[in-house]
Amino acid sequence: MLIKMAWRNIWRNKRRTLITIASILFAVLLASLMESLQKGAWGHMIKNVVNYYFGYVQIHQKGYWDEQSIDKAFALGDHLTALPAASSHIKGLAPRLESFALASTGNNTVGVLVIGIDPQAETRMTKLAERLQRGNYLAPEDDAALLAEGIAERLKLDVGDTIILVSQGYHGVNAAAKYPVKGIVRFGSPELNKQMVYLPLLAAQRFYGAEGLVTSLAVNIAKEEHVPPVVRALKRKLDPEHYEVMDWPEMMPDLLQAKALDSAGNYIVYFILYLVIAFGILGTILMMTKEREYEFGVLVAIGMGRFALGFMVWLEIILLGMLGALVGIAASFPVVWYFYVNPIRFTGDYAGLLEKFGFEPIFPAAFNAQVFLTQAIIVLVLTSVLAIYPVFKIKRLEPVHAMRGD
Amino acid sequence: MSVIIAKGISKTYDPDGMPVLALQRIDLEIREGEFTAIVGPSGSGKSTLLNIIGGLDKPSEGMVEVGGHMITELSDNELIDFRKEHIGFVFQAYNLIPVLTARENVEFVMLLQQRPKAEREARTKELLHAVGLDDKMDKRPGELSGGQQQRVAVARALAPKPAFILADEPTANLDTKSTENLLDIMAELNREEKITFIFSTHDQRVINRARRVITLVDGAVASDEKRD
Repeated sequence: MLIKMAWRNIWRNKRRTLITIASILFAVLLASLMESLQKGAWGHMIKNVVNYYFGYVQIHQKGYWDEQSIDKAFALGDHLTALPAASSHIKGLAPRLESFALASTGNNTVGVLVIGIDPQAETRMTKLAERLQRGNYLAPEDDAALLAEGIAERLKLDVGDTIILVSQGYHGVNAAAKYPVKGIVRFGSPELNKQMVYLPLLAAQRFYGAEGLVTSLAVNIAKEEHVPPVVRALKRKLDPEHYEVMDWPEMMPDLLQAKALDSAGNYIVYFILYLVIAFGILGTILMMTKEREYEFGVLVAIGMGRFALGFMVWLEIILLGMLGALVGIAASFPVVWYFYVNPIRFTGDYAGLLEKFGFEPIFPAAFNAQVFLTQAIIVLVLTSVLAIYPVFKIKRLEPVHAMRGD
Repeated sequence: MSVIIAKGISKTYDPDGMPVLALQRIDLEIREGEFTAIVGPSGSGKSTLLNIIGGLDKPSEGMVEVGGHMITELSDNELIDFRKEHIGFVFQAYNLIPVLTARENVEFVMLLQQRPKAEREARTKELLHAVGLDDKMDKRPGELSGGQQQRVAVARALAPKPAFILADEPTANLDTKSTENLLDIMAELNREEKITFIFSTHDQRVINRARRVITLVDGAVASDEKRD
């Protein structure tokens, strides 16, 4: 009966109820869309950076990540190549030998990251071959380079041209060689697009004078949620005195910090948004409480306990809030879905600005149930807190005074 | 046997730091099954006395015993339970719950008493039949006339099988026909179920039907007339 009364009471003043629901609807819609776009943009960026290059987990010689020097390369022994057996979640390993070099052609010179890869293992993990824009993908025995599009543009190189690489090799040996450009690849991340030069692993080992050595083993994992068990399994297998096993948040704390900073900015906007909504709901509650003081007095007079009455009114407000949240979520679904399927693509100056800061100018929305659930919880908490006011009034209500309208 | 005993009750209101004496040392005894009207001009203290007898308000001085319960010594929650079990209220403005139908309004107090569903339903039907509203059971208050609403209010007051019905100006908003109809119902219940009725009223039609008329003037009993 209490639930029935609460529900019917909501609809006693239809216009006020609809206005309150509409205000919650717009808050939920706006907040859901903002959060979905934010999550989507960061998810997209992390996917670009992590999934398309770094991998979720890497193995290095101990201390390599702090001081990324080719001198900390290690031999790819059998105990390492057998690591996929350590966990069913490991789909394979992508060995890499990486160091910085100067790339030049004619009078142009740029700093690049030269990475020796196992072409087959690499494309299984990062789908590198699918990023090919022009030319052909690398074969293990090639003595050729694959360039990121940004470098090719900067050095005005194309397939068939020659790139000259100069660097310091393993333990200080001179590294200098020229390679024909076999293909051009494009990365979503502007940062990767500006610095990646791939060589087959054998060619890179010859270039750096590091035969049989690699600087990292990227671990191919299908799903992000498998990262913790894989890290645990690898740490059990590998001697921590010689190797470090790092997951992507450990390798890229800056990315996480930037995400956290961006989220904090959004939380301030959400706070203001919900503060406005809270005042709207509070207005409804104040009016409703004042209007129904007489009725509350009657109910207490005829024997309804204050707790039951307070609970009924609390329930009304919660129902009102949840109704608003549900309608808001229902309205958000198609909007968020639209931006999930049709990401916002920035062009022109703004796109350039985003790229300058390392962002791909594409903002797809994340379609994540958690986003909608969070809004429902926020509205629930908000209305629960605001609903304390009438409960407090009912606790102190004197039926005679309430019925006299004092 | 006296079922309501009030001794030396006074009530002072102090709304703006200016004390107003609403009742002055009233002594009163009401016997079981009486059909009593408390009359007097506006501001004479009729409603205050009724509220104190019904446990809705507390006297500033004095004691009130109702049905063997010293209600002036009960806590707030005990008073709510007391009212729920022993008192039926009928108010001037009907005061039905607007979102509930006539049937649900009558059933509501029994629900608060946690009576079994079958009993609630049977008594609700019986009471609404008694007040002549069989065909209006599923109407909400807004769909009923003033007289019909007041009859529902009477049925609601009777639902918990109270020993006392306290009615504050119950006919003030009713036309003559509705008033007569309501008073007939109440008189019959008083006769047949020995329920004690106390009215606060200005209405001569009610006063004419009362078997005892207590007149208050300036918060004191000016006369107490018993009729046969």
